[in-house]
Amino acid sequence: MKFPYNEKVLEHFRHPHNVGKLDNPDGKATEGSPACGDMISVYLKVNPGTKIIEDIKFESYGCASNIATGSIITDMAKGKTLEQAKKITWQQATEALGGLPAIKAHCSVLAIEGLRAAIQNYEEKHGIITEKKPTTLEVVNNRLKKVMNPLTGLDVVKTNIIKKIEINKGKVFITVDLPSNHQFANSIREEIKEKIEPLWDVEEVIVDFVE
Amino acid sequence: MTKNIYLDNAAATKMDERVLDSMKKYFFEIYAVATSEFGYSLGIEAREALDESRGYISDYLGANFQEIVFTSGSTESSNMAIKGVAMSEKEKKGKHIIVSKIEDFPVINSAKSLERQGFEVTYLDVDQYGLVNIDQLEDSIRKDTILVSIQHSNQEIGTVQDIEKIANICKSKDVLFHTDATHTFTRIPIDLKKIPADLLTMSAHTIHGPKGTGALFIRKDTPISKWMDGGFQEFDKRAGLENIPGVVGFAKAIDLVNEKENKYLKKMRDHLTKRILAEIPNVTLNGHKEKRIPQNANTTFHYVEGESITLHLDMRGFSVSTGSACFSKSLEASHVIMGIGGDHERAHGSVRFTFGRFNTLEDVDFLVDNIKEVVNELRKISPLGKNL
Repeated sequence: MKFPYNEKVLEHFRHPHNVGKLDNPDGKATEGSPACGDMISVYLKVNPGTKIIEDIKFESYGCASNIATGSIITDMAKGKTLEQAKKITWQQATEALGGLPAIKAHCSVLAIEGLRAAIQNYEEKHGIITEKKPTTLEVVNNRLKKVMNPLTGLDVVKTNIIKKIEINKGKVFITVDLPSNHQFANSIREEIKEKIEPLWDVEEVIVDFVE
Repeated sequence: MTKNIYLDNAAATKMDERVLDSMKKYFFEIYAVATSEFGYSLGIEAREALDESRGYISDYLGANFQEIVFTSGSTESSNMAIKGVAMSEKEKKGKHIIVSKIEDFPVINSAKSLERQGFEVTYLDVDQYGLVNIDQLEDSIRKDTILVSIQHSNQEIGTVQDIEKIANICKSKDVLFHTDATHTFTRIPIDLKKIPADLLTMSAHTIHGPKGTGALFIRKDTPISKWMDGGFQEFDKRAGLENIPGVVGFAKAIDLVNEKENKYLKKMRDHLTKRILAEIPNVTLNGHKEKRIPQNANTTFHYVEGESITLHLDMRGFSVSTGSACFSKSLEASHVIMGIGGDHERAHGSVRFTFGRFNTLEDVDFLVDNIKEVVNELRKISPLGKNL
């Protein structure tokens, strides 16, 4: 039989590790994607002295790629400090899983975002964070690095399909170097909006295509 | 590994051995091109086989011999119908086309392609069951409307439209009417003597016939431009070497379908939905309760994602499909589920089951036992629906 994922991914999908909820978590977050529809919740128990993640659980309303990534990153984060866990990338997670199909990269990125958001939630609750910075081109560009180009499984910045970014009075204009009738145009538009719109000073994101 | 239980017969079917047997002769013995009546004997025999298949299909539909044009399948048939009429009528009558918003991709994307070339397209709404609004259709027809294309039944949720009524409305307003009958052909009766449709798409791949073979019914005197150029085959409507084994297999595949089989398909489908509704909580049936093709069921399992369900079922030996964005080639949620007023969540957990000749009631029971376990497992790890 031939399956769309490798044995390791299937194993994590079939028997995901660290599944469930924590009672009274020190940090928690839910990340969701209306574009793909996937959703993941991450719960943390953190040692207040050492800042080591002592326990971690996740719940997934997602596809196999999302479930398997949730399983592996919670394995990877457990026993690490918050600073170390923050640095886990989706590339590392994908590698640890022995690779994911390019078209599925965004579902696994969502799992990483869930972990980072839970850490951020902990930091906010414990006064470790940070004033509100205005959205700059650099901030937008960094966020776009989390939007996957499903053709390649790499992000839209690395694959050079972002033609132009403009910020004007709370509106962010992004031009994507793809035709509007491209197979993934709608999916990419939704993901860009979803990554940029939550920024505190952004009112609207307008995504255009080249034709 | 356990045997595979295939329940995606709307996408493709296992070919019936008897169909293959009927085709063999035209690969190995009568392999010549279909010649005119003055050609050599192998070619005459090939032409006779072609004529016989065409005659069988035209009789079956209540059409005339010259009204059946063979194609490479339903995608080509629908492209030919829509673009052929558009090219023929754009100078003479206008550039307005009406389709429903839940049409299958050959129709939807042909309409979009024409839109980019300056045509205007009205996408008709459907109600929560997938039925088009007949009043909206009547109101949408204008002086420059050249074509209405509304499917006979839906590819995902199986809803059957009243094409006799729609065809009569179009006829009374002097507008051409095309219907995509890929999923109804042989499964529910179609009599083109009674239904005044001008164009009708059908295919062999959904009825245990060969892939790459379909047909378009084109009623006599329908204005349609030829867009596959080459020779003068198919009454000079579609060029290309005739696929004689394919059309022979197509006719045989039609011949093998009977009322008893269609009743059994319905029996399996009804048994499936009855058990799912009785034994799994938080399920929505998609489509119409009565106005649906016998071989289709479509259900949303809330709080879980479709690709996860189909992959788990695949590992247990079942082939089914889902309207989840995660499963689609464009990462977009099913436009059909969205079109009937569903949200991403409803599309996300939707699973389509389509039955065929080689399924049994025992398969259905085995399937439901497995779905119960799979949905239960996935709900355990889902953050949604916990407080219910």
